[in-house]
Amino acid sequence: MFSSRPIVVLLSTLASLLLAGGAFAADLATLVANLTLGGFSERETAITALATSGEARAAPILEALAAGQLYVRTSDKLVVIGKTDGNRLALSEAITGKAAGSAVEADLERVRVNNRLRGTIEAAVGSLTLMSPSPKVRLDAAEALFKRRDSTALAALDLALAAEKDQRIKRSMSEARAAIVLTTPESTPAQKLEAIALVRERADRDSLSVLRAAASSSEGEVKAAATAGAGAIEQTLGAWQAAQNVWYGISLGSVLLLAAIGLAITFGTMGVINMAHGEMVMLGAYTTFVVQDVIRTSAPHLFDVSLLIALPLAFVVAGAIGILIERTIIRFLYGRPLDTLLATWGLSLVLQQAVRSIFGSSNREVGAPSWMSGTFQLGQLNITYGRLWIVVFSLIVFAALILLLRRTSLGLYMRAVTQNRPMASAMGIRTPRVDALTFGLGSGIAGLAGVALSQIDNVSPNLGQGYIIDSFMVVVFGGVGNLFGTLIGALTLGVVNKFLEPYAGAVLGKILVLVFIILFIQRRPRGLFALKGRSVE
Amino acid sequence: MKAPHITQARTTSALLYLSGVTVSFDGFKALNNLSLLVEPGEMRAIIGPNGAGKTTMMDVVTGKTRPDEGEVVFDGHADLTKLDEADIATLGIGRKFQKPTVFENHTVRDNLLLALAGQRSWYRLLLATPTADENRRLDEILAIIRMEPQQHMLGARLSHGQKQWLEIGMLLAQDPKLLLVDEPVAGMTDVETETTAQVLKEINRTHSVVVVEHDMSFVRALGVKVTVLHEGSMLAEGSLDQVSADPRVVEVYLGR
Amino acid sequence: MITRFLWQGMDRNLRLFILLVLAIGILLPLSNQLLPVGSAFRAPSWVLQLVGKYLCYASLALAVDLVWGFCGILTLGHAAFFALGGYCMGMYLMRQIGTRGVYGNPLLPDFMVFLGYKELPWFWHGFDHFWFAAVMIVLVPSLLALALGWFAFRSRVTGVYLSIITQAMTFALLLAFFRNDMGLGGNNGMTDFKDILGFSVQSDTTRAMLCFTSALVLAIFLVIAAAVVGSRFGKALTAVRDAESRMRFLGYRVEGYKLFVFVLSAAMAGIAGALYVPQVGIINPSEFAPGNSIEAVLWVAVGGRGTLIGPVIGAFIVNFGKTYLTGALPEVWLFALGALFIVVTLLLPKGVVGLWNQLNSRSRERRARAVA
Repeated sequence: MFSSRPIVVLLSTLASLLLAGGAFAADLATLVANLTLGGFSERETAITALATSGEARAAPILEALAAGQLYVRTSDKLVVIGKTDGNRLALSEAITGKAAGSAVEADLERVRVNNRLRGTIEAAVGSLTLMSPSPKVRLDAAEALFKRRDSTALAALDLALAAEKDQRIKRSMSEARAAIVLTTPESTPAQKLEAIALVRERADRDSLSVLRAAASSSEGEVKAAATAGAGAIEQTLGAWQAAQNVWYGISLGSVLLLAAIGLAITFGTMGVINMAHGEMVMLGAYTTFVVQDVIRTSAPHLFDVSLLIALPLAFVVAGAIGILIERTIIRFLYGRPLDTLLATWGLSLVLQQAVRSIFGSSNREVGAPSWMSGTFQLGQLNITYGRLWIVVFSLIVFAALILLLRRTSLGLYMRAVTQNRPMASAMGIRTPRVDALTFGLGSGIAGLAGVALSQIDNVSPNLGQGYIIDSFMVVVFGGVGNLFGTLIGALTLGVVNKFLEPYAGAVLGKILVLVFIILFIQRRPRGLFALKGRSVE
Repeated sequence: MKAPHITQARTTSALLYLSGVTVSFDGFKALNNLSLLVEPGEMRAIIGPNGAGKTTMMDVVTGKTRPDEGEVVFDGHADLTKLDEADIATLGIGRKFQKPTVFENHTVRDNLLLALAGQRSWYRLLLATPTADENRRLDEILAIIRMEPQQHMLGARLSHGQKQWLEIGMLLAQDPKLLLVDEPVAGMTDVETETTAQVLKEINRTHSVVVVEHDMSFVRALGVKVTVLHEGSMLAEGSLDQVSADPRVVEVYLGR
Repeated sequence: MITRFLWQGMDRNLRLFILLVLAIGILLPLSNQLLPVGSAFRAPSWVLQLVGKYLCYASLALAVDLVWGFCGILTLGHAAFFALGGYCMGMYLMRQIGTRGVYGNPLLPDFMVFLGYKELPWFWHGFDHFWFAAVMIVLVPSLLALALGWFAFRSRVTGVYLSIITQAMTFALLLAFFRNDMGLGGNNGMTDFKDILGFSVQSDTTRAMLCFTSALVLAIFLVIAAAVVGSRFGKALTAVRDAESRMRFLGYRVEGYKLFVFVLSAAMAGIAGALYVPQVGIINPSEFAPGNSIEAVLWVAVGGRGTLIGPVIGAFIVNFGKTYLTGALPEVWLFALGALFIVVTLLLPKGVVGLWNQLNSRSRERRARAVA
């Protein structure tokens, strides 16, 4: 384990790296050619020579060698790197990295390595990356070392630390060094205590396991310090975990908000419970699918803006269908909420089946544009761009809706009709038209929600089904007729749901939330932010 | 039947006692420290401009709305703020709404049967049939409201006037100690208003009555003590002549 | 007194209808058992099974109608009570399999052996006795209805709020029953039943008896429902449906009325579900799907809400259409079902029975005019 061989190799490697281009330097072609010649011991020398050459190609060549991908082409003795591509190997010249056609394995001769050589290569490559000119590579190497706690790298680390200028990388390297110190039995208690202090400040999952290991393998003062450090990290991590849960909750809440906000309009202002609301969401998602499909076949360069194109289209499609529904079905059922519920349920079945007939019943692929894929780290928080954009989008939709209701004449008419229909009618507001537009608006927003949900949910004819109960719960919980209540309700339910999940599991968590809302409605039948007074009755 | 919540020994001789009642909706005070006394056997008219709190006062007395503060005591010992509509109705407070509401899918006789004082519990009603006494009482009331020929007609098929009469019959059947009447003459002709005043006076012989009304000529025809509400509080009380001479009342009604 | 209670709500039409239900329930199984195979008048076993199934659906529809048609509570979760009754029966039937399961475990049903259960979960005890299962079939749905109704009615949750809560209830149960660790067969539910009360569930005689029992139960339900609806309680109940707050101001404790019919109706649905399971041979969580409950509401709407005959007729019409269409034109069925919801609510709010009454009274008026 603690053999001295790799260390010697390493030290020589590093020393020569510092003197890059100096005494050991030879031309790359010779160095590479040497790799392929002789027995394992000659090969080891050649590896060291290459690693110490300071050549930029050294790392990829050595990695290929370790992975068994370095070959010599039988026909012309060219040293190549071969990557599996189907049943052939795609070749690139080892020295230049340029593509060199392809070949079957029979035409090549693999440069063989054994386990000991692999160890040598790994150490050599590790030190290469610690000294790499790219800061990112150096940082990654230090982080990787922290996780591996490879005691053989200690010497290399010390050298790299001495040469490092970047404070952040320097810190990361000293943390890695501390972690290695803690796992090295030879370290003195004083060194270990110092290391514990350093690791403890890092306060993440990896440092926790370092300290836990240290606590279990040591005694006395060191054990106590490590245990205390681990406890402190656990607390910090607990706080981060809570923050992560809040974020997941907000993320779920924003989805709920998107799905519920359209319902909040149709149910909250018109008293119409639209069981086909989820299907409007589904139509929005399918609009996105169609837009992407057209873009894929006729204008692939527009793929990154496909969602931006889909948004207005989804709004128009779902909105228009909403208006159609209001004019042909719902307007005959005003004042009969239970019948409206049944008729719109029937409608939802028809819409689902229609989509199934057109697009098939299987899931449809909706892709994420590049700016919505990937994640980033905020402290210990993992945040995916897709979720972040959905949160932002839901807030934008919410704000736009509030503005629309407060600042436009349609909003004014809508509020007037909600508050006093006969009076609004007497003042010359065409109430049927306002009804149709209100319903269209609610449906259109559901369509927008569909565009967002196409990014995180399966686009299938059943997409909408899952949302109607949740949306209704959000609207009722927040208080019917109060859009801010819907916002708070959605976020609260989202966060509560995510906090319950670890304890109760996803399914039981959902059941608990349903029970909670049922009990909540008992206490406050009109929701969190009820409008009080006679007008409600 | 569950005994109503009797909270204390009789403390007042008044049939209905409101003291310091406040109800607010989102900061707006529909009732503001309202106090009111109605004596047994009395008929009281309550007037006031729109939004004065008349309907809210009725809601508080019948248990539909809970007051934020204040005491509401019925018959000297029942704390109405702790009871719900059904309890309060059972105690003997009847309410007639502005719009006549009869059960449209029930016959006239069944409407009266439902209103008839007595059996209210669901498990007793499963096996109960109208007793001879109850049938006699129904016949009496049908005679009073002159609806014997229509007794098997559905509520939905009655004319507006017949519905009014049926509702009066239902109030008689309910036989409350105190009757709250909400704007009984809204939308009525002068003759109908006159008749209604007569009927109310007739009912007042055996029941206490509180009438909420806009119509001054109707209130005058009743000729009873008047309470003027304004912004949720009592503004003035006395005979109609007295209160209409009160400069504050004049200001509220006519503006400056 | 009880006989008077039972007869008070029935008019001539209803009596005839109950006799018709009983006649079907007696003649079909008898023809199957007594007439030789091949006779034109013999009902084949699959017809018995189908009619038996429809009769159970009709009982469920009647239960829905009691709360919706007569009390105005639009329940979107009644299939949950139906399924709970079915699960209780399923548990009894599973225990009857004994050692004949694939794994031959005398105590544990196959799915438990498969999932690695070591012993029977506590709530499975007792289900080896039919009487115990029979009590649970009534008790479990009733208690759930009691709990839900107690909370909901007391705090005056009404209208669409109540509807959505009932839907949420069945949705929550759907999710719960999908879980393997519920100990009720998870996704696959329970099937491969062998015996009921010692008779093979596959045999024609058992089929005939089950069909007859379903008809008998429906007839009994019709009598009970008629008695409840026709009593003074029933008058108060419909008054609550039409003008709830007016009833409160008359001094009625509306909650008690609602709770009683809700629980009664849940028990009826549970019994119907229990009869349904041995006839179809399987019970699984999909019975809790919200769509099932709302379909039961449709049967009532098609037949005529607020009537006793309507839901039975509606259940037969819609399910006959479903059996036919899902076989002949499967992709059309959901369109037809969806359209039916819309058409019935828009054009036929009183259902087939309402239409019949309307036509009847019109022709009577015409006849009266002709006489005059």
